[in-house]
Amino acid sequence: MAEMEVAIVGVEKRLWSGQANFVSARTVEGDIGLLPGHQPMIAALDEAGVVRIDPADGEPFHAAVFGGFLSVTAESVTVLAELAELADEIDVAAARDELQRAEGGGDDYDDTAAAAARARARLRAAGENPDR
Amino acid sequence: MPASLRVLRRRIRSTKNIAQITKAMEMVAASRIAKAQARVHAARPYSDEFTHVLTTAAKAGASDHPLLEAREEPSRAGVLVVTSDRGLCGGYNANVLREAERVMRELSNDGKEPSLFVIGGKGVAYFRFRNREMSGQWTGFSEVPDYGNAAHAADVLTACFLTGGDETVQRPSEDDGQGSGGASGGSGDGSGSGEGSEGGSSRAASFVPPQDAEGLAGVDELHVVFTAFTSVASQSVTSRQIAPLVLEEESPDDADESSSSDSEERQAEYEFEPEPEVLFDRLMPKYLRARVFAALLDAAASESAARQRAMKAATDNANDLVDNLTREANQARQAQITQEISEIVGGANALAE
Repeated sequence: MAEMEVAIVGVEKRLWSGQANFVSARTVEGDIGLLPGHQPMIAALDEAGVVRIDPADGEPFHAAVFGGFLSVTAESVTVLAELAELADEIDVAAARDELQRAEGGGDDYDDTAAAAARARARLRAAGENPDR
Repeated sequence: MPASLRVLRRRIRSTKNIAQITKAMEMVAASRIAKAQARVHAARPYSDEFTHVLTTAAKAGASDHPLLEAREEPSRAGVLVVTSDRGLCGGYNANVLREAERVMRELSNDGKEPSLFVIGGKGVAYFRFRNREMSGQWTGFSEVPDYGNAAHAADVLTACFLTGGDETVQRPSEDDGQGSGGASGGSGDGSGSGEGSEGGSSRAASFVPPQDAEGLAGVDELHVVFTAFTSVASQSVTSRQIAPLVLEEESPDDADESSSSDSEERQAEYEFEPEPEVLFDRLMPKYLRARVFAALLDAAASESAARQRAMKAATDNANDLVDNLTREANQARQAQITQEISEIVGGANALAE
């Protein structure tokens, strides 16, 4: 099966890079799935979203990505993000706490909405259901 | 006769104390270099990739977005000067400031009025002492900058740049979301987007100038002056134009490596999601943040390296001084003993006669 070069690059460091068969992410316009040989593309991702990568060897995994965008060429996909966390780095309990706090309401609507969205993305990436 | 023994001993003691302090600072700086260097390297892929993406997009003729196209008849140019908060780092700040002055002179000669933005206490003090107007100043993080710091400064620059040279930055009415602008901490970004499903995506795209940008004069170009870190032994003051994008910046080996497969790809149509104008509106603040952050990291590493060198020189100097003073003190002690002996001998001789 064809493969492509995939990298998740955060501001502070490169989180992951390697060969993969499939990448899926949510852009501002909707979910997108990327296979090798995709048309070159630059897309902005959801402010707080989840990216799924199926590496060539190993299990598919998720990452929470904040303020990111995608750069796609026929043989590579690069996810650039201001902040990104791989699923197994995410502290589920902390994210759940944060979600509760954010949804409990605060004085500043915008901040809490963004915080809630971030917490939800973290939980989704970690394979948890945020609405449980 | 040399200075008295007591005075010499006091000087030796205090010089030794100074040497101890500078030695400690040298060691602290040395350990900081390693950390800062690691951060520079770790952060490099992001800004490299980002620049690469934008360059490719610009080459594909994606858009005449202000970030990509030089403006006709620029009237003002922003200059971001990155200095350190503390001194005791040799010529580090002096070099940056000299280069900054040169850049500003050059801009003035080209008919662009420079607009100063300063990071670091030393730079702020320098320009304040000379009564130079600063459009923005940020201090307190020069040694360990985080992305939030960079975002804060970069957002002000973005606001000025988007406004353009002939106007001043206006903030939209208050209810239009005030979450934007350098929230501290890693997430850095609070551009007020709700979940996509809440229909907040269009609002998130519009950039809200941070509060402290209000009333600043807009600029048509952005330059940054900082100290680039190449290795522990070599750092060099660099000035770069960060906006609009300068296309030649792509490194040559980059082009070589991808030329075979890329030649067709370049011609291939790039797809943009959302449409290019909106997309570049969203990317631009992030791009400037990335560039400013990269400059801050480089500067931090360079600062530590410069401090380590300066403190090593100071320690060596102090040790030399201690050696010389000890020699002098020994001489003084000898002289004193000799004198005492000759006095005793002289006295005894006088009595014997």
